[in-house]
Amino acid sequence: MTYIAKPKVTHPSLPHNALGLTRRAYEGALSTLCAGCGHDSITAAIVEACWRLSLEPQNLVKLSGIGCSSKTTAYFVSGAHGFNAVHGRMPSIATGANAANRRLSYIGVSGDGDTLSIGLGQFCHAIRRNLDMLYIIENNGVYGLTKGQFSASADIGSRAKKGETNRQPPIDPVLLALDLGAPFVARSFSGDKRQLVPLIEAGLQHRGFALIDVLSPCVTFNDHEGSTKSYAYTREHYEPAVLADFVPREQPISVDYPAGEAREIALHDGSRILLRKIGADYDPTNRAAASAAVRAREASGEYLTGLIYVDATGRHPEFHQVNATPEEPLNSLPMEQLSPGSLGLRKILARYR
Amino acid sequence: MTSANRVNDFTIKIATVNGTGSASANTLLMKSIFRSGVPVMGKNFFPSNIQGLPTWYEIRVSRDGHVARSGTVELMVALNPETYARDVRELAPGGYLLYDSTWPRPVLLSRADITAIGVPLAKLCNENFTGVRTRILMKNICYAGALAALLNLEVDRIRELLGETYGRKPQLLESNMRAITLGYEYTRAHFPCPLPLSVEPMDRTAGNIIIDGNTAAALGCVFAGATVAAWYPITPSTSLMDAFKSFCERLRVDPDTGVKRYAFIQAEDELAAIGMVLGAAWNGARAFTATSGPGISLMNEFLGLAYYAEVPAVVFDIQRVGPSTGMPTRTQQGDLLSCAYASHGDTRHVCLYPADPGECFQMAREAFDLAERLQTPVLVVSDLDIGMNDWMVREFHWDDAYRPDRGKMMTPEQIESLQKFHRYLDVDGDGIPWRTLPGVHPKSAYFTRGSGHNQFGGYTEDAAEYQQVLDRLMTKWQTAKQRVPCALLDGEGGEIGIVSIGSGDSAVREALVVLRAQGVTIDYLRVRAFPFGEEVQRFLAEHRLVFVAEQNRDAQLRSLLTLETPVEKAKLRSLLHYSGLPVSSRFIVEGVLAEVPGLAGAGCGSRGRSAAEEVAVTCARDAPPPGKATTPA
Repeated sequence: MTYIAKPKVTHPSLPHNALGLTRRAYEGALSTLCAGCGHDSITAAIVEACWRLSLEPQNLVKLSGIGCSSKTTAYFVSGAHGFNAVHGRMPSIATGANAANRRLSYIGVSGDGDTLSIGLGQFCHAIRRNLDMLYIIENNGVYGLTKGQFSASADIGSRAKKGETNRQPPIDPVLLALDLGAPFVARSFSGDKRQLVPLIEAGLQHRGFALIDVLSPCVTFNDHEGSTKSYAYTREHYEPAVLADFVPREQPISVDYPAGEAREIALHDGSRILLRKIGADYDPTNRAAASAAVRAREASGEYLTGLIYVDATGRHPEFHQVNATPEEPLNSLPMEQLSPGSLGLRKILARYR
Repeated sequence: MTSANRVNDFTIKIATVNGTGSASANTLLMKSIFRSGVPVMGKNFFPSNIQGLPTWYEIRVSRDGHVARSGTVELMVALNPETYARDVRELAPGGYLLYDSTWPRPVLLSRADITAIGVPLAKLCNENFTGVRTRILMKNICYAGALAALLNLEVDRIRELLGETYGRKPQLLESNMRAITLGYEYTRAHFPCPLPLSVEPMDRTAGNIIIDGNTAAALGCVFAGATVAAWYPITPSTSLMDAFKSFCERLRVDPDTGVKRYAFIQAEDELAAIGMVLGAAWNGARAFTATSGPGISLMNEFLGLAYYAEVPAVVFDIQRVGPSTGMPTRTQQGDLLSCAYASHGDTRHVCLYPADPGECFQMAREAFDLAERLQTPVLVVSDLDIGMNDWMVREFHWDDAYRPDRGKMMTPEQIESLQKFHRYLDVDGDGIPWRTLPGVHPKSAYFTRGSGHNQFGGYTEDAAEYQQVLDRLMTKWQTAKQRVPCALLDGEGGEIGIVSIGSGDSAVREALVVLRAQGVTIDYLRVRAFPFGEEVQRFLAEHRLVFVAEQNRDAQLRSLLTLETPVEKAKLRSLLHYSGLPVSSRFIVEGVLAEVPGLAGAGCGSRGRSAAEEVAVTCARDAPPPGKATTPA
């Protein structure tokens, strides 16, 4: 459908944000992903969050790597510059871009292959540098564009479309980010817009590295029996009422559940995946406890979601604080502040005479 | 060695063990010769190791100003027992051997055609200094004293140099001077000083400096206004980044607030380093990285993206010996092809080839201007010899009127006047599109991608749209030919030519003087950039036979010439030097004469120019067109 120009129809009654912009102003090109793909729901959540935040579109920078997830930066905020890097290397582009101009907002969208396999090193080091950006992983446990290979986030025992069973343990980006010192770590689900939108808003507003690992089921390559993320398996375990409005290949999943209550999420998971809201007794400012809680839930086949950890002290210095760069962006410093001139050169060369 | 006058015309080679402080002694010697007004060059042949392996340092003293290796050694300072036998063998007949006579070496002194000078360096230092480390260090300073006596160097000048180094540490100054004096006095008392090969003050170094290419390149980056430097440590490029950091710490840190007007990022690997450079340059900062062969291999994918998505970047490749890890501390020109065509698909990159530190300084600035003007990566292809050795070059100058060429970067006003911005449209017909920066204007957004795109910046898989962009990139390549530094021409009208590149320049130029004295006149062209301008093609066409002198096994420059110009392959004769040591003038002379035995004395191409005649080296191309001051339509 790429040949169809996306219609920009703005109804006069559409609500406006503080900048006087409607949600239309935050949309992008028409998605070319499979109908019903979780990624499109995340795109919609990003549009919603940016609109709610009243971001100036040109002050957002969109970054991505390669894969289904990485295509999505073209599908939101068309008024923002985008950079589609090479596979797994989005964090380095983000680092350089951010170094050049600290005044913009940086949002990176990646997938589980792009982040946890080919890009694992750069992901880890962006966290170490505490780069001021929002990093969203659209996590579906599978390679989509190359048609269904396991990714590094695939669960043990999960079966691929062609029959192979995964025997290798998954890499959990949330645990990794907690270990590496990320100051903002969240997990959500593409179908839970109510949870996801505020997380994106918070992640964009947060200073330093913000990770949101978004479980975003693949409707095309995890749609077979034996996969822990298959459509068929999921349908057997879910209440029809939840499933009623969802038709895979046509529209995204949408689920709401009250805080504190863990429940099975329809469609893209079986009994082994549970999403649980963070309860009142949970302290998201204690890194060690957060890590332990995530591990405990994973042991019982559940995924803890929400804002899992946030550094409440604000003492974790981000990239520019560590490097003591000026408030004024490096890309706009005048030459007089950079080049010592001919007199300066003569002085410098004295020791080489 | 002939008995001819060797005053201010000889090579000293010093064989020691690395990590023992010999570097300070060698620099001291070289600098004191330089301050005597005598042209000098220093080359370090060091191991990839921290301490304990053989290392050599060559100092060439040349009254005629030749800064290449001569290819012979007239004075050997053989202080490393492990390499003693081969060091003695390498000495030219009639040469002098300085050795540590604390331990006798009768068996190895069997050459009758050399003069051995034994100075008990270890004994002298053991008697005068305490502590194992101090004794080792002082032994090396002590040989500098012995050489000062043999070569007739002024002790006061050595003291002056030591004072500059240890000005704030009087105790170190005193102990160093004591070691110098020990060697100096002993040698004077026991041997006829000075030797026939000695240093007599001249006035041929005024207006020159002694500097290495990596320091010069780093300085060029500072002056060009680079603000983002990302890198991964790799020999022999590391000293470039170290120098940039150190210059910035001195020149770009606010003394009151500690605010740094630069970002210096040690990346996790070379892939990330080049990614950071692309991200920063895409976002409007002048950004660069420095690396060596293995790093270039790793950067290939991103270089292809930068070529296709048209992102500026500056990369310094300080070539070392390959393939693979190769010999990290030895020099080579082995990355000519891998830089020119880095990455898969139809990619080609602008490369600049400095020949010495002076050009490193100048080309650093040119690289940033070209990268932004052409919106593409520019690789400054240097090597270990240029980057890490001490070169005598003309003092650098800076034009305060210089303003960076940011290329076709649209201002908010220009964007405002547009109906719609299209990233890859060839508005001016030179193949260079206009670009915008994030955060500048709501109408300026575009999507940068390495996937197929049309001239409007949109994704495409359409054959015609894809080809249109690829063809426009070739138009840009033609524009680049006009803008890159021209090849330099020395002499014309002869039948025989020689082409060289980068650090081979000084050896070739000296060789041509030697050959001319033998009646062989050869025209010389040094390429300084890729793509080659029309002057390169013309030079190849106008000569019956063209030598191509380069420092690799596979004749990579020759390959580039045959790929990129219509030259007949048969008339190109390679002179290939790939030992890992810098090429000598002798190698070039012998190579030319061996290839064409009838050449010497045949008056070939002779146009009556004497060997001593100074010939102006000229740019072999008409002046490039001025920068287009167009506005986007």
